[in-house]
Amino acid sequence: MSDDTELREITYRQAIQEALVEEMEANPDVFLIGEDIGVYGGAFAVTKGLLDRFGPERVIDTPMSEAATVGLATGASFLGMRPVAEIMFMDFVTLAMDQIVNHATKFSFMYGGQTNVPLVVRTPCGGWRGYGATHSQSLEAWFLHVPGISVVMPSTPHDAKGLLKTALRSEGPVLYVEHKLLYGTRGGVFTNNYTVPFGDAAVRREGKHVTVVAYSYLATQVIAIADELRRTGTEVEVIDPRTLTPLDIDTIANSVKKTGRVVLVEEGHETGGVCAEIGFQIMEHAYEYLDAPMKRVAAGNTPIACNRSLENATLPSSDDIRNAILSVLH
Amino acid sequence: MNRVELEQLLGFLYEMLKIRKFEERLNQLYDEGYIQGTIHLYVGQEGVAVGACAALREDDYITSTHRGHGHFIAKGGDIKRILAEIRGLEEGYCRGRGGTQHMADFATGHLGSNGITGGQIPVATGAALAAKMRGRDHVVLCFFGDGAANEGVFHESLNMAAVWELPIVYVCENNLYAMSTPVEAAFKTKDIATRAAAYGMPGCVVDGMDVIAVARDVREAVDRARQGKGPTLVECKTYRFLGHSRSDARIYRTRQEEEAWKERDPIKLLSEKLAKEGLTQDKLNTIEDRAMKEVDEAVEFAGGCAETVLAK
Repeated sequence: MSDDTELREITYRQAIQEALVEEMEANPDVFLIGEDIGVYGGAFAVTKGLLDRFGPERVIDTPMSEAATVGLATGASFLGMRPVAEIMFMDFVTLAMDQIVNHATKFSFMYGGQTNVPLVVRTPCGGWRGYGATHSQSLEAWFLHVPGISVVMPSTPHDAKGLLKTALRSEGPVLYVEHKLLYGTRGGVFTNNYTVPFGDAAVRREGKHVTVVAYSYLATQVIAIADELRRTGTEVEVIDPRTLTPLDIDTIANSVKKTGRVVLVEEGHETGGVCAEIGFQIMEHAYEYLDAPMKRVAAGNTPIACNRSLENATLPSSDDIRNAILSVLH
Repeated sequence: MNRVELEQLLGFLYEMLKIRKFEERLNQLYDEGYIQGTIHLYVGQEGVAVGACAALREDDYITSTHRGHGHFIAKGGDIKRILAEIRGLEEGYCRGRGGTQHMADFATGHLGSNGITGGQIPVATGAALAAKMRGRDHVVLCFFGDGAANEGVFHESLNMAAVWELPIVYVCENNLYAMSTPVEAAFKTKDIATRAAAYGMPGCVVDGMDVIAVARDVREAVDRARQGKGPTLVECKTYRFLGHSRSDARIYRTRQEEEAWKERDPIKLLSEKLAKEGLTQDKLNTIEDRAMKEVDEAVEFAGGCAETVLAK
């Protein structure tokens, strides 16, 4: 393999496809399975062109059967295959919950280590597109509660590629969550065979006044707010966990020990959300260092409306995030 | 009947007796407190597991259910290690982590049993997909009961298997009750096998108490799958003589019904057939004693009479 490493700008969508292509070329056991991923090229065009490139044996269009699709992928992994199952919208993962929770993530344990389940489930989350309550959710919080699954949520094209490659080489089930609003965003991606490890948070911005933890699409919004606040002398340290399970609590805690103030941000509903888990872990690791109670910014506990202004009011806005940051500082 | 056939039938008899004695012994051990949790016993259904697994090649695969000890034994499982697993011991097949409902032996093609009714059906279907992808002529046998045939994944999996012509045989053990729910309350149709037509695959009904008939019909389906001609749904009519689980008082069925089915005990039917072929009562007793002895050895191995040492 060539050692010429180039950094060039591509989209998040292209980065995901690049990871899939590279891993499929390197490993004949990797195959894709999901609804409308072949001929149609995927609802969000992520798998466009892959059917022509790899053929119908490796890019499989399924009937509408999320549960069996995930179950089939799991069973295929028993014989050494490495399936990538796409769930078209994260909202539909509910249809496959039994196969994920009671099967894929439990077989390795229940069978005393006789098998791994190297399954990757890819799915896009997120709102702000007026798609309505069943096509806009961010359900990652549920999966923190399931032992045996990694929860991966890249916010940049670079991380999207590197994390997916790691997922495709890992031993256990991985839930790889893309964000609809990120597909078209651009960023630097290396051309070489790099990977990004799980459990390794990225410090997106350094600062000494307040730690803000955010991931996926909202990480990009928080970075913009941090840059804006820096111009007025407020230093926001932005931590993007990149993977929620495993969670790099050390990087987060070290930041909190430096700043003493925390705002946690997620797109999912507030109650029982990701912020609740991370917040409690911060308390366990860095309680003495907190100068103010922690704050969280999340979606309201209501379904996401189709109406744009109602949707915007439910989901965390940049104003909500900025206000939370300013309020922990004063 | 020629010598080869006779040997095969004697083999069926031994396997069914081994399962029967093992399951009956488990029932006893539970009463004595050496097994905890619950157990779902296969007594009465031995003809299905033994007949179906006889149709397989050694390197074919099976998936199983919560009522899976019979499948495991018929597939060649060592009852010492099965019992150790049931007792949660390190020496069990799954190092005591799975227990009675979640067992597997990947080394011999047992891709796992499951506590979620119907849950293993898509998994078995995926194994068949992989077998086909790998270009091998392996077949997957997927066991499940009448209850599972109403779970959504049954529908989804059979449909996909038919569309993609996967090398899988779905063996539905219809023992007439899903726990306490009789099939009349859960199906409008008389047979489950007729659902096969909905997916475009062949289906058949077989007398599950006749181990020879089961072996024959499943073998036909296995051959079809191995030749790349796709899946089949084989419905075996059978009956469990004991309750659903240990805490079942069986108030949902009559003692007369149970007695009627016991007249068609698969072991009794095969013994009668073999007797007609000249098998003496002595010879039958020898086979039964051998099965009992193997069960005794398993109990000794798994420390049936000693303190349980739990898996670390």
